[in-house]
Amino acid sequence: MSSMPTSFFGWVGFILEKYGSLFLKGVQVTLIIAIIGTILGFAIGLLVAIMRAIPVHPNDSRLKKVLLKILSFVLSVYIEVFRGTPMIVQAMVIYYGSMQMGLRMQVLVAAIFIVSINTGSYMAEIIRGGIISVDKGQSEAAKAIGMTHWQSMVHVVLPQAVRNIMPSIGNEFVVNIKDSSVLNVISVNELFFMSKSAAGTYLRYFEVFFITACIYFILTFTVTRILRLVEMKMDGKSNYSIHGSQSDSKSSILFEAEGGK
Amino acid sequence: MSIETKPIVLTVDHLQKSFGDHEVLKDISFSIRQGDVVSIIGSSGSGKSTLLRCINFLETPTAGTISFHGKNADTEWNSAEYHAKVGMVFQSFNLFGNMTVLKNCMAGQMRVLKRDKKEAEEKALFYLEKVGMAPYRDARPSQLSGGQKQRVAIARALAMDPEVLLFDEPTSALDPEMVGEVLEVMRDLAKSGLTMLVVTHEMAFAKDVSGRVIFMDAGVIAEDDVPSEIFVNPKQPRTREFLSRVLQR
Repeated sequence: MSSMPTSFFGWVGFILEKYGSLFLKGVQVTLIIAIIGTILGFAIGLLVAIMRAIPVHPNDSRLKKVLLKILSFVLSVYIEVFRGTPMIVQAMVIYYGSMQMGLRMQVLVAAIFIVSINTGSYMAEIIRGGIISVDKGQSEAAKAIGMTHWQSMVHVVLPQAVRNIMPSIGNEFVVNIKDSSVLNVISVNELFFMSKSAAGTYLRYFEVFFITACIYFILTFTVTRILRLVEMKMDGKSNYSIHGSQSDSKSSILFEAEGGK
Repeated sequence: MSIETKPIVLTVDHLQKSFGDHEVLKDISFSIRQGDVVSIIGSSGSGKSTLLRCINFLETPTAGTISFHGKNADTEWNSAEYHAKVGMVFQSFNLFGNMTVLKNCMAGQMRVLKRDKKEAEEKALFYLEKVGMAPYRDARPSQLSGGQKQRVAIARALAMDPEVLLFDEPTSALDPEMVGEVLEVMRDLAKSGLTMLVVTHEMAFAKDVSGRVIFMDAGVIAEDDVPSEIFVNPKQPRTREFLSRVLQR
């Protein structure tokens, strides 16, 4: 114990050297939980939002109307419950609850499951908002050329809804990177959990969690930038070429669109 | 007139539509023959647009039937097939914002008519050429002017090879200088023999292009005649009153 560092940055360097691989492992698990959790959460949200958007016509059968009512009720309960309770509590209930019922989930699986289902409840509402944001006239136009509700959803409404909610999806992703830290209560070895172990040995909480904070920030900042790029790609080109009257693309002139986004 | 011998395509029979307590359409009946160009005129709130939207089942009629080629459009026609044959052009264009001009005109052909990509593209380009929008095939709707959007919307409807095209105030949302380009396309279509049902405020179009004018007032058809009679010699006082209001502008 003779060569212990004495300064703050001395400790930071020491801890990084000693526990670098631990942090890396934590980052890896955190990213796995956040990425898969967000993607699955998005899928769940999409499914829920689509089911809640099924239109009811006055001449539909009674059975269909009743079934849709029940479905819509069940989905609302899901959304309200998972949005209305903290994820840290959901983690305890789901993980220990399932264990007590004899279902032994791997912690990582449990973690992904909890994040997904929690994210799904938020995504469902975000996507519902996205669907509403697409001008109703477009689904009418789709119907007017004979598309079914499903076709108009898949080919017209959802692509635009998803584009419109990209900023919110980004938010959810960032939240998941950060909030997966609460899953340390079920001992998933994500970044926060790993940091706690690293801090415990030498009792250097300040230095360790300073490093942890930096890592979280780098992760979220990178993700935000990447999502911005994805958004730009989704918007497509802001200019288009005018084709010559001979339908010859070579004779086209490049035309800058005014006010292209 | 030879028009009278053409077969009846579309029949509206005792159509009624209420929104809650508000009765917008009260017992509307008429039919149109193949190749007819019929204009529907009347003041705002008279039910013109609702009538068109009921024919295309964007609104569910409260009572009455729509028949297409003698078969009930709601029960005896497959919905996709009926909508492909009876197209619609909207006041607000309603182009698909996530697709280019070309894709807008291909989507329905590929998804509904199951045409392959090549055929759909050829057809789309043919009609885009017809409305003068082929050069803009790669543009997105947000990059076009109102008149251009409406011409694309017409091409999109035509690409489905419809028998009847419904126009819901196609020029009402346009700047005055763009109205002409859209009306010109519609004039050409009328000459080509397409059956058209046009809700419009363009009295010149109703008078010069259509072969028949329906005047609607307060949810009923007040007068239904050839334009020369309606415009020169209206029978109903309310028709006269409406025309004097819109024509003196």
